Amino acid sequence: MASITIDEKICKGCGLCANACPKKVISISKHRMNANGYFVAEAVNKQNCIGCAFCAIMCPDCAIEVEK
Amino acid sequence: MKVFEKTKMLTDAHLHYCPGCTHGIVHRLVAESIEELGVQEKCIGIAPVGCAVFAYDYFNCDMQEAAHGRAPAVATGIKRCNPDKIVFVYQGDGDLASIGMAETVHAAARGEKVTIIFINNSIYGMTGGQMAPTTLIGQKATTCQNGRDPAVNGYPIRICELLATLDAPYYIERVSTHDVKHVLAAKKAIKKALKFQAEGRGYTFIEVLVSCPTNWHMRPVDALRFMGEECTKTFPLGVFRDKSAGEN
Repeated sequence: MASITIDEKICKGCGLCANACPKKVISISKHRMNANGYFVAEAVNKQNCIGCAFCAIMCPDCAIEVEK
Repeated sequence: MKVFEKTKMLTDAHLHYCPGCTHGIVHRLVAESIEELGVQEKCIGIAPVGCAVFAYDYFNCDMQEAAHGRAPAVATGIKRCNPDKIVFVYQGDGDLASIGMAETVHAAARGEKVTIIFINNSIYGMTGGQMAPTTLIGQKATTCQNGRDPAVNGYPIRICELLATLDAPYYIERVSTHDVKHVLAAKKAIKKALKFQAEGRGYTFIEVLVSCPTNWHMRPVDALRFMGEECTKTFPLGVFRDKSAGEN
């Protein structure tokens, strides 16, 4: 099953991953922050992930790993 | 099975770029291309002055910092002393198109066998959003607060078109990073340019359109949309020179 791992320490919550995801798996948290004060991206609809890696391709900080 | 993981050509340092700045994507594309071509051991990068000034912390190869705009001149020296090395230059628009215009044009005119990665975000990012040579008509910046007016501020400079008037450059292409499709096309172009250099063919120049959400005063996703809709009108994407065309 396809899955993504988001490194929350380096995520800046820019939302480019959520914007690129065709299955709306990712959304930016409204209450969880990392140590840098950014609201982090989280995989909310994990079961919908198809492993296309669009999120990882658009992530400017290489914070996402994709497995299939 | 891993479908996507961070390339080993990038260090573990956290990028200092603003959230949503696609500089990070271009760093990754350059690093992945170098790794896939298997030339990381003989790669030397030149870092510019500008937002990408700390690029030497991020690439896992030999790096050299250059004075503002002088990166193509430094690259010329390094490449001529070490013709077997792969030399890439990573420059922004203030660095390459403004203060470094002379070095850029002359390195291209001499046909130095280096690869220039030109990051065009149409504004001065690091210094706080001043008008750059590539600022679009009507685009607001701190030094043209009502939008760039051609009567006062002139017109944006299209570097790819300008360099394509010279005879020496081997490969010139403009790509963008505003969506997945264009990022993949950008990777292809960067890899092609580095491959041409590895084969000793000549001067290769890739212009990459990049967003600057902070100084454009937009949300990152809106900045990508602006790039796709507006920047690509002023800076049309495509190949401007490919001397390998026609080869199989």
